[in-house]
Amino acid sequence: MSDPTYDGPILEIENLSISFFTRLREIPAVMDFSCVVQPGEAMGLVGESGCGKSTVALGVMQDLGVNGRITGGTIRYKGRDLNGLSQNELRKIRGSEIAMIYQEPMASLNPAMKVGKQLMEVPMIHQGVGTAAARKLALEMIEDVRMPDPERILNSYPHQLSGGQQQRIVIAMALMSRPSLLILDEPTTALDVTVEAGIVDLVKDLGRKYGTSMLFISHNLGLILDSCDRLCVMYSGEAVETGSITEVFDEMQHPYTQALFRSIPLPSADKNARPLVAIPGNFPFPHERPPGCNFGPRCDYFQAGRCDAQEVPMARVKGDDRHETRCLRFREIDWSTPPEPPIATEKARIGAPVIEVDALRKYYEVAANKLFGRGHKQLVKANETLTFDARESETLAIVGESGCGKSTFAKVLMGLETATAGKILYDNREIQDIPIQRRSTATVSDIQMVFQNPFDTLNPSMRVGRQIMRALEIFGIGTSEAERREKMLDLMDLVKLPREFADRMPRQLSGGQKQRVGIARAFAGGARIVVADEPVSALDVSVAAAVTDLLLEIQRNNRTTLLFIAHDLSIVRYLSDRVLVMYLGHVVELGTTAQVFAPPYHPYTEALLSAVPIADTSVRKKRILLEGDVPSAINPPSGCPFQTRCRWKSEVPGNLCETEVPPMRRLADGHQVKCHLSESCFGQMEPVIELAARPGSDGQ
Amino acid sequence: MIVFILRRLGVMILTALCLTFVVFFLTNLYPNLEKLAKTQGNFRMTDEQVASYLRKEGHLEPLLVKYGQWLGVVPGTTYQGEDGLTGTCFRGTQSAEQVAARPRFCGILQGDWGFSTRFRAPVSAIIAERLGLTGILMFWVMLLMVPSALILGVLAGMREGSRTDRALSTVAITTTATPEYVSGVVLIAVFASSAFGLRWFNGTATSAMENPTFWNFFLPVLTIALYGTGYIARMTRASMAEVMTAQYIRTARLKGVRFRDIVLKHALRNALIAPFTVIMLQFPWLLNGVVIVETLFNYKGFGWTLVQAASNNDIDLLLAVSVVSVFVVLLTQLISDIGYVYLNPRISVT
Ligand SMILES: Nc1ncnc2c1ncn2[C@@H]1O[C@H](COP(=O)(O)OP(=O)(O)OP(=O)(O)O)[C@@H](O)[C@H]1O
Ligand code: SF4
Ligand code: SF4
Ligand SMILES: [Mg+2]
Repeated sequence: MSDPTYDGPILEIENLSISFFTRLREIPAVMDFSCVVQPGEAMGLVGESGCGKSTVALGVMQDLGVNGRITGGTIRYKGRDLNGLSQNELRKIRGSEIAMIYQEPMASLNPAMKVGKQLMEVPMIHQGVGTAAARKLALEMIEDVRMPDPERILNSYPHQLSGGQQQRIVIAMALMSRPSLLILDEPTTALDVTVEAGIVDLVKDLGRKYGTSMLFISHNLGLILDSCDRLCVMYSGEAVETGSITEVFDEMQHPYTQALFRSIPLPSADKNARPLVAIPGNFPFPHERPPGCNFGPRCDYFQAGRCDAQEVPMARVKGDDRHETRCLRFREIDWSTPPEPPIATEKARIGAPVIEVDALRKYYEVAANKLFGRGHKQLVKANETLTFDARESETLAIVGESGCGKSTFAKVLMGLETATAGKILYDNREIQDIPIQRRSTATVSDIQMVFQNPFDTLNPSMRVGRQIMRALEIFGIGTSEAERREKMLDLMDLVKLPREFADRMPRQLSGGQKQRVGIARAFAGGARIVVADEPVSALDVSVAAAVTDLLLEIQRNNRTTLLFIAHDLSIVRYLSDRVLVMYLGHVVELGTTAQVFAPPYHPYTEALLSAVPIADTSVRKKRILLEGDVPSAINPPSGCPFQTRCRWKSEVPGNLCETEVPPMRRLADGHQVKCHLSESCFGQMEPVIELAARPGSDGQ
Repeated sequence: MIVFILRRLGVMILTALCLTFVVFFLTNLYPNLEKLAKTQGNFRMTDEQVASYLRKEGHLEPLLVKYGQWLGVVPGTTYQGEDGLTGTCFRGTQSAEQVAARPRFCGILQGDWGFSTRFRAPVSAIIAERLGLTGILMFWVMLLMVPSALILGVLAGMREGSRTDRALSTVAITTTATPEYVSGVVLIAVFASSAFGLRWFNGTATSAMENPTFWNFFLPVLTIALYGTGYIARMTRASMAEVMTAQYIRTARLKGVRFRDIVLKHALRNALIAPFTVIMLQFPWLLNGVVIVETLFNYKGFGWTLVQAASNNDIDLLLAVSVVSVFVVLLTQLISDIGYVYLNPRISVT
């Protein structure tokens, strides 16, 4: 099939253009895109949602669906032009020479076929081996992706595996016949950070072991840093900058790349001294691109008459190896000037406790089996003895992996669920048993929530302004329609939306704008406590920065207590005053941000911190990989909830960790940890993240 | 699993009780009883004669007592006539000693389904025979309908929007949009009459009761099957088209699996989950078609019996027909649920 003596680049994409044809118009999703992947090289592809990353990947696979077509350029795999191949020839390449992995592991495995059969299919098609030999290969591959009990795995259906295990199977399947090129399209976006870290490590190791070249698509710069040699930054269908990781990260030569780095929370960012800089404006739709430079309308260095007057070609950056940028002014820009000195804000004074949570528990009863259920019920222990307080004007972050009970707590606080035991005191009144329908208007408007997905929380058929006015009406604010309208317009100003937007329908707003409406609604009744449940995780980085800053600004001015629920520790470090780490329904660590992010750590916090990808080449991280998956909340382990995965467990004498739930211990003033470890063990802990001295200055 | 089946059986019994009670109530309305008396006796009976006939047969007891007797939880009543005893638990007039020797309860709990006034034979024998005949009909219907519907649906759905898809979908919609009494008549007119000179098949299926052949049986089978085929084919098409856009189909494609194997190995099982339930839920509708087609082709099966029983206010027979129908419908649902579990590995029975 492929020429064994071939030693040129694995993949060469030249001036590729891809369009989708809809009834209304042609959508040019990718324009003039070029990139080269050398043997054994891992190439990262980053960019915001909709910039055409997946389209490039599917273009390489020649699988663009009925309405997608390659309108120009070539894609050469080991020197052969893929565009000209017949379906038959393509089939021989797919799966054996080029393999692809994408985002949702559950959706990419056939639900009605055993995992083993799906794996065995690959060698049976491409190497023409028999069932027995294929099974042997599958078993070896399962071991390669480090899964225990391969026989059992081969005999299971996909739904019987966890998300992380499913993604390992997908990886195993892709590597079954040792492809030369592996395309990964956001392979870990659906997974928790600790699981993600394991998968990224695995992909890196296997890539090295088999000498596979990789095209790694992600919107997460930290992940690209961890896993790639080179990267290509895309903006609105074009490659805008490409080069080696160190060059692009430390000596970027394109304003968009620079803006991207300034909008993500790096360890050096600080909400008061060095706030994030959002990229102004919105991403253009593929059919509404501006003339000249696509980034022009949002670029700080834009020069009228020049940037918008001509097509901008990719240009070589002198002196550097294969470093290119699509900017007319990159030689003139002084990349070392720091961003506009931000309006440094004063740190808010933290007031008295507003919410006190005392030994709160929430158990859910679930039927053991959906179809034939009833009969015996099982208990899901979503929250176990939560005890903490939150003060006026404070940002308390609640972090933990999916299923650890963060959102359950938020629901109990909001009155969407009632507690099983324990207390929540709000202004010294117990509210844990009062469902939202029975709460007074004042309490309801005082405790508000901003949801994760701005797309689901707005009524799609009601104008935005009306929805905010409805909220005002419910909170009993304003006596007349006119008064409420006035107040609504004030709120639009508050969240920095143009007043005209009040008459728009939700679908006419972008994700970030919808999230602003959500924030306006939450603050409509002068909320004192706002629970923000992953408010920016569904948004693109450039938009997320603006929304985060807006939230913080309103909070600062109103002295609101912000309970910020997140799994992204970078953003937590950036904005919170105190951090609460949860694991399997337990609070395992609670302290100020500085205390939680520095040793001594709770063993789980330590692992969590080491798993977070950080987009900064000067950060040195210690890798602590967690074995196995988060246990189910139906069947939590005995003793310490973290004992099944803890690497410090052996330091605790006897089998204390397995038998007794550790008590909450005070390590320092305001710093509590739920762990049996001795003082001396805590003393030995080393920092997981260290900032090395930065060589020279750069554009950050 | 056992618990599940037992619970389903409970539901079945409850439904059957409710339905039979309604049927019981309707057939026991006085005008209906009067009609029954007149068809059994003669049409010139006076009102008094009617009343005495009805009393003699036990039809004038309170409704609940009669219902209890039919069920077999209330003892049968006897009446002293001039020449001996009459009663609900036996036919004709008998002496006191004879009656005393007979069991007092005679409802379905005792296995006594009653006596058909229309056919003058025990209900159980009639039902068994007629159900057997309809069973043969349904067997052939299923044999024709299910495979053709599935093939049609899969072919149409595997390439959504293609010419094959559009052609097959049009056929499917046409057949479901045509009720059996129209398609039956049209089929008879075209293939079994001299109107077109195509006397290929028999227009009546009476002879098929003894000896079903292709010639006398194909038209009724086709008439019922056509309707269901279109429906199931459309469900299969929709389900297939959806599965073909699923991510795991893309995975298979990008693994290099051939199109034929993608359809057969990866898509088919997933695509059949939805139509399977539909096929089973088709049964009640098929029963509906059976009534029309059996009458139209004069095939004396279960549907034909239902029509006869209803038009003659044959109480016991109607009740039995209702009970059997309820069981058939709910049984198919049970099979459908169990089959669903089997097809869909995500639901396990533990
Ligand atoms: N089948 C399609 N029909 C029409 N337009 C499409 C189709 N697929 C993608 N597009 C458009 O092409 C553009 C690029 O999409 P693409 O999926 O490649 O983006 P992406 O960078 O992968 O985004 P994300 O990060 O959200 O995955 C978008 O504007 C999208 O709306
Ligand atoms: S070409 Fe002009 S507008 Fe475009 S990125 Fe460079 S400076 Fe900015
Ligand atoms: S109590 Fe034991 S198992 Fe739990 S975190 Fe501490 S050392 Fe680990
Ligand atoms: Mg994508």
